[in-house]
Amino acid sequence: MEIDLFSVITEWLPYLLGGVVVTVGLVASALIIGACLGLPMAIGQVYGSRPVKYVIGLYVWFFRGLPVLVLLFMFYFTIFPLLDPNIDAFVVGAVVLGLRGAAYQSQIFRGAIQSISEGQMTAARSLGMSRVMAIRTIIIPQAVRIALPGWSNEYPNILTDSAICYAIGVAELLTRTSQIVAQTYITMPIYLLCALMFILLNLAGMRVIAYLEKRVAIPGFSGGSHTGIV
Amino acid sequence: MSEKTTDDYILRVEDIHKTYGDKEVLKGVSFNVRKGDTIVFIGPSGTGKSTLLRCINQLTVPDSGRVWLHDEEVTNSGRKINRFRQKIGMVFQNFYLFDHLTAIKNVEIALLKVKGMSPEAAREKALCELRQVGMEEYADHYPAELSGGQAQRVSIARALAMEPDVILFDEPTSALDPELTREVLEVMKKLALEGMTMLVVTHEMGFARSVATEIVFMESGVIQETGTPAEVFGEGGGFERIRSFMGQIGDLSGD
Amino acid sequence: MSFEAAPFIDFCINTLFPALADGLLITVLLVLITAPFGLAFGVLLAVGRVYGKSYSHWFCRLFVGFVKGCPLMLLLFILYFGLPTIPYVGITLDAFTASVIGFICCNSAYNSEYVRGAILSVKEGQLVAASALGMTKRQAIMYIVLPQALRRAIPGLSNEFIYLIKYSSLAYMITLVELTGAGKLVFSKYFEPGVFFVVGIVYLALITVTTVGANALEKKYAVPGTQKR
Repeated sequence: MEIDLFSVITEWLPYLLGGVVVTVGLVASALIIGACLGLPMAIGQVYGSRPVKYVIGLYVWFFRGLPVLVLLFMFYFTIFPLLDPNIDAFVVGAVVLGLRGAAYQSQIFRGAIQSISEGQMTAARSLGMSRVMAIRTIIIPQAVRIALPGWSNEYPNILTDSAICYAIGVAELLTRTSQIVAQTYITMPIYLLCALMFILLNLAGMRVIAYLEKRVAIPGFSGGSHTGIV
Repeated sequence: MSEKTTDDYILRVEDIHKTYGDKEVLKGVSFNVRKGDTIVFIGPSGTGKSTLLRCINQLTVPDSGRVWLHDEEVTNSGRKINRFRQKIGMVFQNFYLFDHLTAIKNVEIALLKVKGMSPEAAREKALCELRQVGMEEYADHYPAELSGGQAQRVSIARALAMEPDVILFDEPTSALDPELTREVLEVMKKLALEGMTMLVVTHEMGFARSVATEIVFMESGVIQETGTPAEVFGEGGGFERIRSFMGQIGDLSGD
Repeated sequence: MSFEAAPFIDFCINTLFPALADGLLITVLLVLITAPFGLAFGVLLAVGRVYGKSYSHWFCRLFVGFVKGCPLMLLLFILYFGLPTIPYVGITLDAFTASVIGFICCNSAYNSEYVRGAILSVKEGQLVAASALGMTKRQAIMYIVLPQALRRAIPGLSNEFIYLIKYSSLAYMITLVELTGAGKLVFSKYFEPGVFFVVGIVYLALITVTTVGANALEKKYAVPGTQKR
């Protein structure tokens, strides 16, 4: 039995590790999409006009209010087929996690921007900077650094949420795990191996974020009492 | 004094030592307390006065030395310590009122949970103690709605309600403005006159002079000098250290 | 793809709404059964981690670490598909029970983090004063620390409750037809593109109502004189 288990695991390990690559790809795309949309949305929510704030607020309410599973079904079965009937499930998964991540990340960035003292803006304007330039050169560099700790909450959330892409058939870690279980009838060991891989991915990612945080830290600068999502 | 037997003392403190890291805060402190005494501890900051009080009710466990309440040992009493703490009240510099409870509930809670009194009896007792400290009309206020002086009076009522044999006051007015200090000192003075046994760490020389039965001067972890107010503030010799200390804090005259 | 309102409304009234109503009932049951246990175990985990002796401290830490690191869906698979395969002790759970157990694990692990943070934020003097009155550690935790900590944890706990409503949809992945599952089944039969939007509206309504309730709760339990902002 033990030899059996061992050989099964070695046989299927490459396939499972392929799933790790897909999962990492999903999470990385989602984080990048989330950051690219989340930061402008945060700026819009703090500095934008009333309609802009309203629209962004609606977006955040929508994406934070729906279960990931419902969003995936909605986009996979209804919205994306309107654009391209042969859309790849991976793309749907990455986009949905990314759009949803943008809603959460915008709130992290918003908190960060709001925690920057008004003096920074005033000082920038007094030097003759335009509002846009002040936001770009003074506010954002600070806000991104302050937001990093909030990010370290976002990563594990997206990582565990990425497993839900199983529901639309993305060949990520959990999907492949289920396939292996169905093929080999070895259940618990494979599940636990999968759990171990998720936990290792989690720890590894946190390491990377901690490293990034250190890399970009400014001596003596900390974001005050800001803690991220409200 | 040497003729007295140990029966006269309600609290005996024997050779207390306490070291934090490599700093020896208490280097062997001993003294005895009779019923109705008000002993005032004075001396420079950081000389172990507060630590000494906390060693008495074991909030800080001393490295060595013993404390006796009546004829029972408080030190090394294991789980029984909570019974002694009911008999040894404590009032803190920062009040430490329970933030989620109204003034009267602050006084009631230990009566209910520790002493197991009925809700009606606890309420009556709590009201009575609040009346003692002049806080009856603030019974339903929360700590955050009270001034420092009011909060400290409630915390005194909380200690009193347990009917302790002795109350430890750890710099009870140090966190208060002068005008709020007075209302707290008046309550303490009244208690002393009514015969409560009190150990008070304070910088209020006026209080020491008018209320203390004994003034203890501590410095560098030991008791340097001890005397009655008459001796310390009088014309006689000795007490150079106390007098120079009082000169430093600019309060030789007392009140 | 053309869209006409009238047939869709008919479809909703005759087919979709009855199905979703059944699913909604299951979702609400899942959430209402999970939440109290999730809160109770969350508090226990937090207390165990802050005040526990080494073994209970480490048990709580490892449990929370595992549940937070492992995707909830995998946890559900383990409970539903995995447990029955264990030799000798294999337990077979029905989908509802497996879901509730999985959700309780998840909910309590996250709740415990909020409660732990709140316990650590209770000022040390509160415990000192309780000890000075002769309270045992257990009494001090029960009557002084937890009442304060739980009040402070309300925003986090209600946030977690909202998450619970959302991730209860994962029960469908182990065959339990709750709200999302009901929508999916209707969709698979009729391929009506509006289905998931209607499902979405139901979730948004649930969550918006819950948020309003949570804010009211927070206000109700605030200690007078301590409100920030």
